[in-house]
Amino acid sequence: MTAETAVGVARQFTSRTCQFTGLRVDVAAQNLIKANAVAAVVFLAIGGLMGLLVALTRWPAVHLLPAEWFYLVLTGHGANVLLFWIIFFEMAVLIFASTILLNARMVMPKLAWFAFILMVVGAVLGNVAVLQGESSVMFTSYPPMMAKPHFYLALILFAVGALIVVGQFFANLIVAKEEGAFQGSMPLVTFGALTAAIIAVWTILSGAAILIPTLMWSMGWLSDVDPLVYKVVWWGMGHASQQINVSAHVSLWYLVGALLLGAKPLSEKVSRTAFFLYILFLQLASAHHLLAEPGLSASWKIVNTSYMMYLAVLGSMIHGLTVPGSWEAAQRRNGYDKGMFEWLRKAPWGNPAFSGTFLSLVMFGFIGGISGVVLGTEQLNVLMHNTLYVPGHFHGTVVTGTTLAFMAATYLVLPLIFQREIIWPKLAKIQPYLFGIGAAGISLFMMGAGTLGVARRHWDITFSDAELNFAHSAGAFLMMGLNGVFAVIAALGGIIYVLVVVGTVLWGKKITSGHKLTFPLHAGGAAAASQYGSHATVKLPGTIVLIAIFFVSFVLYYFINWKYLSELWLFR
Amino acid sequence: MSTKETNVNVGGAGAKSEPIPFMQRLLDSPLLLLFLGVAIPTLLYTLWGVMEVVAIPLAK
Ligand code: HEM
Ligand SMILES: [Cu+2]
Repeated sequence: MTAETAVGVARQFTSRTCQFTGLRVDVAAQNLIKANAVAAVVFLAIGGLMGLLVALTRWPAVHLLPAEWFYLVLTGHGANVLLFWIIFFEMAVLIFASTILLNARMVMPKLAWFAFILMVVGAVLGNVAVLQGESSVMFTSYPPMMAKPHFYLALILFAVGALIVVGQFFANLIVAKEEGAFQGSMPLVTFGALTAAIIAVWTILSGAAILIPTLMWSMGWLSDVDPLVYKVVWWGMGHASQQINVSAHVSLWYLVGALLLGAKPLSEKVSRTAFFLYILFLQLASAHHLLAEPGLSASWKIVNTSYMMYLAVLGSMIHGLTVPGSWEAAQRRNGYDKGMFEWLRKAPWGNPAFSGTFLSLVMFGFIGGISGVVLGTEQLNVLMHNTLYVPGHFHGTVVTGTTLAFMAATYLVLPLIFQREIIWPKLAKIQPYLFGIGAAGISLFMMGAGTLGVARRHWDITFSDAELNFAHSAGAFLMMGLNGVFAVIAALGGIIYVLVVVGTVLWGKKITSGHKLTFPLHAGGAAAASQYGSHATVKLPGTIVLIAIFFVSFVLYYFINWKYLSELWLFR
Repeated sequence: MSTKETNVNVGGAGAKSEPIPFMQRLLDSPLLLLFLGVAIPTLLYTLWGVMEVVAIPLAK
């Protein structure tokens, strides 16, 4: 139980000491991180390409793919990026946070390799099923639409693999404490990863509870799956998995701030409480996907999406204050103490790990966060339900937020874990900006088109062969065109990312002792990341101004939507 | 300046005479947190939601 009973019991494991951070790196954990990161990038490349094809089809002037292919590729896009890319990367984050960051060992690495193989088999089988063409059920796979059995089986195999790794995260954590790898409370980044792992357990259990019966239905063993029960339980997985992403990328925001700027949390207590709010309440927000369902009561909807979810939103607001606040505090300590914004002007903007993380933070808040609260409000939801506003919103969360944060973190993983120097630093420098601008563009223009009534998952917005004619406004067409243009920009940013990663892993200069990093770390970075402790200060004028701008935008946008609602929905 | 470094590292070892605050003990217990994080949404979201769906009368 306690540390002293375990002192001296610590097991031997093959490790090296990192010359940049002084952390003890378990080689087994390192290899697992490498494998999961590589798999993640492979599926991002496939899925990103599919995203481009989807966007080019929805660009009316291009209208690239025929209808059947559109739905097939859309299904593949969702699965490859939202499941395979993100979850493989998250496995790497969980392993890192429970071993290397704690100077601890990976428990049962062979089991983790088995899990990895299960996940790869699941991801490959999923792609095969989608490409065979009879499983174009899209990301949500709502019955009575039915996919082939191996589509569901693929998702189940992938999820079982992920659940094993999540279990190992808990085991690593408990063993690390018992063997005395760390004393007292775990570091904040690990606590954030713990939050992600907890949400992952519920996510995967929900997924199993609904996908196993759906598989049996697809095999003909069950006569039907109730569509509404499916929706309720499926969204337990579909939404909660997004909250794994949020917890994981918020942890990375803290980690990158620590490693690059030497930032410590302003208050461990406050930041940990914010994660605790996630653990308690974030998953309930799954109900926002069902706000338009007549079969569920207003009390269920409102309890799950308002009262409780706002507590989780509070958690995000806390991180939104304390992450940039801790960066400001650190930069002021680093000597950039002049005026309101010297700390920000003199931040390492040329380091893609920093610029990507910063853009992720800002865009997640402004684009994903604000639109999320609007969509999650029962009354406002009817304005945008099932329009392109929805994908617009979630590209603001999972692309500009999570994906960009993961890309940024990769620029640390390459030199520190793969021990290779970034091969094309100039390209790497512009990559987060390019991808960020593209991703922000597709988010905003899809939101714009959705506000003008364009449906999501719709192949032909001209309704060319429809019985009843309908014409979208010219503005809607413009939005779809701009969406296409920014999709190309995002795809370029994505391609550069993949090239830099592949190039570095294969041909990057091997890092030997005494090497100086192209994108250096902060001298006190590793200690700030791996030890419990706060840097209490309230002198944060710059952050306060940024937060004020955020709140004003939030309130204005929120009320504009209520105004808009009152005009559409006349009470007389 | 209003800046101060704190590097509290209490709990665990049990060597400190002060009792560890309840919240800190809770936040240091991964399995207890896991229980809360699974039980709350299962009750409030899944069970309550599925009960409502099941209570919808079937069309004749
Ligand atoms: C090059 C980057 C990307 C582009 C151009 C892009 C574009 C699009 C477009 C145009 C849609 C279709 C909207 C519709 O017709 O309903 C879509 C759907 C979607 N995208 Fe992306 N996307 C990109 C990256 C990503 C990433 C990185 C993720 C996740 C991390 C993601 C997750 C999704 C999901 C889950 C859907 C919904 C699929 C469905 O409705 O079944 N996208 N994307
Ligand atoms: Cu959601």
